[in-house]
Amino acid sequence: MAQNTLLITILGMALVTYLPRFLPAWFLRGRSLPPFFAAWLRYIPAAVLAALLAPSLLVEDRALNLAWNNLYLWAALPCVFIAWKWKTLFGTVLAGMLFVALARLLLN
Amino acid sequence: MSTTSVTDRKGWGNLAPALPVVLGYLPIGFAFGVLAAAAGISPFNAVLMSIIVFAGSAQLMAVGFISQGVGPWSLIAATFIINLRHLLMSASLSPYMQKWRGAQVAAFAFELTDETFGVHSLRFERGDTASGTALLINLVCHTAWVIGSLLGALAGGLIEDVRLFGLDYALPAMFIALLVMQIRGHLYLWVALGAGALSMLIWGVGLTRWNVILAAVIAAAAAAGVETWRKTRS
Repeated sequence: MAQNTLLITILGMALVTYLPRFLPAWFLRGRSLPPFFAAWLRYIPAAVLAALLAPSLLVEDRALNLAWNNLYLWAALPCVFIAWKWKTLFGTVLAGMLFVALARLLLN
Repeated sequence: MSTTSVTDRKGWGNLAPALPVVLGYLPIGFAFGVLAAAAGISPFNAVLMSIIVFAGSAQLMAVGFISQGVGPWSLIAATFIINLRHLLMSASLSPYMQKWRGAQVAAFAFELTDETFGVHSLRFERGDTASGTALLINLVCHTAWVIGSLLGALAGGLIEDVRLFGLDYALPAMFIALLVMQIRGHLYLWVALGAGALSMLIWGVGLTRWNVILAAVIAAAAAAGVETWRKTRS
């Protein structure tokens, strides 16, 4: 693709990315929602985070990997424990990175 | 974690939630820049994409598509589909923006990614709904993404090594922490387990761009159904 065509394409990508980010916030805020819809929105964060997380932990090189060599999966265990026990975002991130870095150092 | 309440933290402390995102965005943005350069995308276009699209998975997909010679319309359509999940995130944060000005909502939405959504969903529920701090956190995260991309695009031929220091695990670990902190009852736990399982199932049958949005919609709707049903019975 020529750089000029690409430039126009990027503008199109920006538009179709922005609209779904913008329209719900713009039209839904300040509105009183039906109870079912309000409840649904309350469960969305947990649902979205879990739906994003599952493949990123269980899929390696486009295939399901539940074996001991899937570092991302096993590193999740100490992370879940630390997040649950101490409710710390940054502590969990540091522990996760440390676990992965050390495991690579020891296993290689 | 500090014991001070969310209301009396001042200045830089407000930006602390952006730190894990920055740690994750710098190396991934760098990797995007390197891959973009390898795919023949000019540094200008690569950085432009990081500024005005600002969506990691779509940008990495775009690099793959461009190197395969996929045309503009297919690329735009695929970007739309892969980023449609932000509809849910925008809707779920909307109740907290009632008092914001229109321009603030528009600016916030521009920088609404999986990661900034995760951070704000927790902050907003805790009552940290001030628009200024939210926009500043987004700006810091976005800047890290752009700087990472720029360095990667300029480094070009150099070898990417996002695995250094376990930096590649910064974002997964952050998502784990955010998810765990979202679990405020049995129903939330079931939502998370259900959405995770559904996401894998939908991914497994080959709908790899739809798994997040479909799984989240269904799992959250099931929980909302159970909750409303319980209320009508009592």
